[in-house]
Order: sequence, then structure tokens, then C-alpha cells
Amino acid sequence: MRLELSSVEFGYQGRPALSQIGLEAGGGELLALVGPNGAGKSSLLRLCAGLLEADRGEAMLDGASIHDMPSAQRARRIAYLPPDGVSAWPMPVRRIVALGRVPHLKPLRRLTAEDETAIDTALDRAGIAGLADRPFDQLSSGERARVLLARALATRADLILLDEPTAALDPRHQLGVMEILRAEAGRGALVIVAAHALELVARYADRAILMQAGRIIADAPPAQSLSQARIAEVFGVVAPGGIAPTPLQLGD
Amino acid sequence: MRPLHLNLLLAGGLFVSLAASLFLGDARLNLSSLAGALGGSDDLPALLMRELRLPRALLGLVVGAGLGGSGAVLQGFFRNPLADPGVVGVSASAGLGAVMAMYFGAAALGVLAVPFAAVAAAGLGVASLLLLAGPRASATTLILAGVAIGSIATALTALLMNLAPNPWALAEIAYWLMGSLQDASWTELRFAAPIILAGLALLALTPRALDALSLGEESARSLGIDMARLRLVVIGGTALAVGGGVAVAGAIGFVGLVVPHLLRPLVGHRPGALILPSVLGGATLIELADLATRLLSGPGMPLYLGVLTALIGAPFFLWLVRSLPGRAI
Repeated sequence: MRLELSSVEFGYQGRPALSQIGLEAGGGELLALVGPNGAGKSSLLRLCAGLLEADRGEAMLDGASIHDMPSAQRARRIAYLPPDGVSAWPMPVRRIVALGRVPHLKPLRRLTAEDETAIDTALDRAGIAGLADRPFDQLSSGERARVLLARALATRADLILLDEPTAALDPRHQLGVMEILRAEAGRGALVIVAAHALELVARYADRAILMQAGRIIADAPPAQSLSQARIAEVFGVVAPGGIAPTPLQLGD
Repeated sequence: MRPLHLNLLLAGGLFVSLAASLFLGDARLNLSSLAGALGGSDDLPALLMRELRLPRALLGLVVGAGLGGSGAVLQGFFRNPLADPGVVGVSASAGLGAVMAMYFGAAALGVLAVPFAAVAAAGLGVASLLLLAGPRASATTLILAGVAIGSIATALTALLMNLAPNPWALAEIAYWLMGSLQDASWTELRFAAPIILAGLALLALTPRALDALSLGEESARSLGIDMARLRLVVIGGTALAVGGGVAVAGAIGFVGLVVPHLLRPLVGHRPGALILPSVLGGATLIELADLATRLLSGPGMPLYLGVLTALIGAPFFLWLVRSLPGRAI
């Protein structure tokens, strides 16, 4: 599985949001998109998800244009988790996670045994098997984030795109989410995550892609792309010695 | 409760209420009059059953089914429990369409002119709601847009009444707008039922998309839901299901609001699983409400169905608005 973008341009009503985006990645990698607000991280993720159409260039998955792919096929291959996800209705957790199977369902059919297994596995991996029957509105924000993450995992997509899944989570839940994503990459998926938690990126990501004003200005292992000079240039903050991986470990 | 059990229970309830509205009333009719009516007998009880009770009960059934089903779909689509064909101005738009058809004499063009105008106007109502409020509308935006659309439709209807050539035409429009099944006959049933059933058939395509839409439009699209197609299906289905009913029975409010809201917890809040129960529940509610108007109406003083549902529904609406902290008002 290969994701390729070369000199992709995209703008909202003429206002450029992404320019000269080139990116190549394959299964098994965990990529982090890093950059200030408005740098183009969300636009790039949505472009890779096929939700936006590039003005020039294209996002290709295994040589096929993502935007032109039949939507059912695209939905099976690509899972996308938007930022600030919620469920409009207080459905039970298991029902929400089951929505990740929608792309696999045949018209008018129920969930198959394979779907049920995928849902159980996703609940397990996200560590929320015990919440399966709880209504969504009775969960804490950390639990909600895990439920929505489990929904994205349940699809069993090759390409998993997540927009700030660790925002508003406490340190333990942040670590938990990154561990889950690391494990998904370990199973062969390409995981691309937009994040502001730089120490987490430094610890978990294979590559940190630094973005500024719609451009990729560094694409390298975190130790290089999150150097003191780069961080000062992009974020306007001083990180003595560059960003160090978070020393935090998951306790028992 | 499993959806199947709930649906069977509701179907049972609908059957009982249908029987009640066939057999209760001033004229005591029984099974033998029903048998006579179906068998083509011409004695009085069989005639009453065949020409009055049966079409009225069946018309109530389809009108209620259309209102309940479209209420459930609109609420799922707008992700908002306040969306109801009446509240968001779709019924008023359909009413305007029908009144225009009556006023300008389009009714003379054929029996389908009035329902067609009602369906077209209802579709226009839903489409302008989408345009004004957008699918991501907050409760406030949705209600404001609905009030605006409803007000325009009501004002234009009032204008036509204002210009009515004579008091009889005025009274006819006014009574018709109150919503009633008292003029139900096989003619009404024959043209309303196919329209409403076609609308419900369209709405029956939406459950999976509505479930996915709970997570927001972007998530739904990433799950392979075609939003443009869903929008068309919702607009078309609602227009047919509501417009067909309004064309023959006037604007009957709040059924599409109350029924899905009461049944939602019983299906685990899943918008897709709510549609069929709401169809059955809406039919039952109209059946019972119409029975009540029939039993309560004195001689020469008919009580209108739309008035009764509004009297029950409006306080419920207020309670609903109050009980949704941060979602409305």
C-alpha cells in the first residue's frame, strides 16, 4: 500500500491552503503532521481522505486517484477521524463503533460475523470493551475520544487519518491513543495523525512532517524535523535542544 | 427492546386503534358490517362502514404514517430532535401549495392538481430549509429558518384568504387548514395513499446513512455516504410523505415531533432504526386522535384533528425545548 502526493495545490475559494505538497508513505509507518493552527494539516488530511479535491495534482493510493475512487471502495480502504468528533445521539458505544463497518455492509444486510469480530477487536484495542453498552452521553471526554477512535479502527482500513485525536485528553489518555496508533502501524496500516503534542510525536512517530502556511517544510524523523531551529522558525517558541520525546510511560 | 419486538408491538397497537376507529362512534358498527362492506352489501351499516369509517380510518393511517416517518427522518438528517414537518414549516408550505391550487382553480385541472401542488410546495419548503439552515444547523438556526419558511407560507396563505372571492371559499380554506379527516372518502385515499407510500419508500432508503450521519457530515462522507443523494432522497421523500397528507387532510402538526421523540430511547437512539417505529406510531397516534375528535365532536360542531394534535403537541414541544439544555433557546 502506497500513498503518493506530488506538487498538490488546494485552496478555499482562491485562498491557497496547500501548496507544492509532496508526500510519499507506505504501510507500517506512523506519520505525524505538525504545525501551527492554520498550517494546512486538516486540509491535507481531508485531501488524503478524498473529502476535498485538489486544484492541481492528486492524492493517489496505490496509483489510483483517491478522489475519483468509488466512494464505497474508498471508505473501505481509508478511515478518517475528524477533529472534535461527537455523536449527535446518545447511542450505545457498540453501535457507534459498528458504524465503522458501514462501508463493508451489503445493502439491507445485518452485521456479519466478520463485522462483529472487527467491532470486538476495535473495542479491545481501544481499551473500551467494558463500555460497550454505555450510552455515549454518559462517557468522559477521554472515553468518547476512544470510542470514536475505535469506530475508525473497526473499518480495518489500510490508511488511517486522524485529526488531533489527542486534543483535550489527559496525559495518560494521550499516551494510550498513541500506543494504539503505533500498534495499528505495526499491523501494516499507514497511520497519519495531526497533533500538537510535540513530545508525543517525538516519541511515537516514524516521521514528523512539519507544516507552515500550507507547505511542508520538513519531512524527516522527529529528531531532525523537530530541531530547535525549525521549532523556533515555525512555532515562534524556543525549545532548547529541540523537542525531546516524552519521558512519560503508561502506568498500571 | 429489540427493534423487531418494538415494531411488532407497535403494529399490534396500530391494529387495535384501527379496529377502535372502525367500530366506535355514534353508529354502532360491528364485524358483520365490516364483512358486509367488504362483501359489497348495500344495507346501512355496511354502507356507513364502506363509505365513511373505512376510508377515514385508512386515510388516517397513511397520513399518520407519513408524518411519523418524515419526522423521524428529518430529525435524523438535521441531527436535531426539534425537526418536525410542522415546526420547520414544511407542512405550512404544503398547505400553501394546496391553497394556491384551490384558489387559482387548478383543482379543475384534475384531481391530482391539489396534491401535486402540495407535494411540490413541500419539496420547496424542505429545500429552502436546507439552503437557509444547512445540514449542520444548530437547533436555533434550524428553528429560526423553519419559523421564517413557515411564516412566509402562512402569510401567503393568509393573503389568498384575504383575497378570497366569497365567505364560503374563505371558510373552506380556513377549515381545511385546521386539518381534518372528516371529508375522507375513497377518492382522497386513492390519490393520497400512493403519494405517501412512495414518499415512505424513498425514506426507507435512508437508515444506514442517517446512522452514519450521527457522527457528522465529514465522518459520514468518509464512510462512503453520498450526501448529495441523501439530501435529494430526504427532500423528495419528505415532500411526498408530508405533501400527500396535507393535500387531503390539511396541516396536522406535531405528530412528526412527538412520535419519534417518544420512541427514540426504545431503539437505542439510533436514527435509522427509528423510522419504521415512527411510521407505525404516527399512524396509531392519528388513528387515536381522529377517533377522539369524532367522539368529542357534538352535532353540528366538528372538532378538528389538527387543533387537537396541536393542543397536545404544543405543550410537549415546549417541554422538549426546555429539557434540551444548551441545544435550543
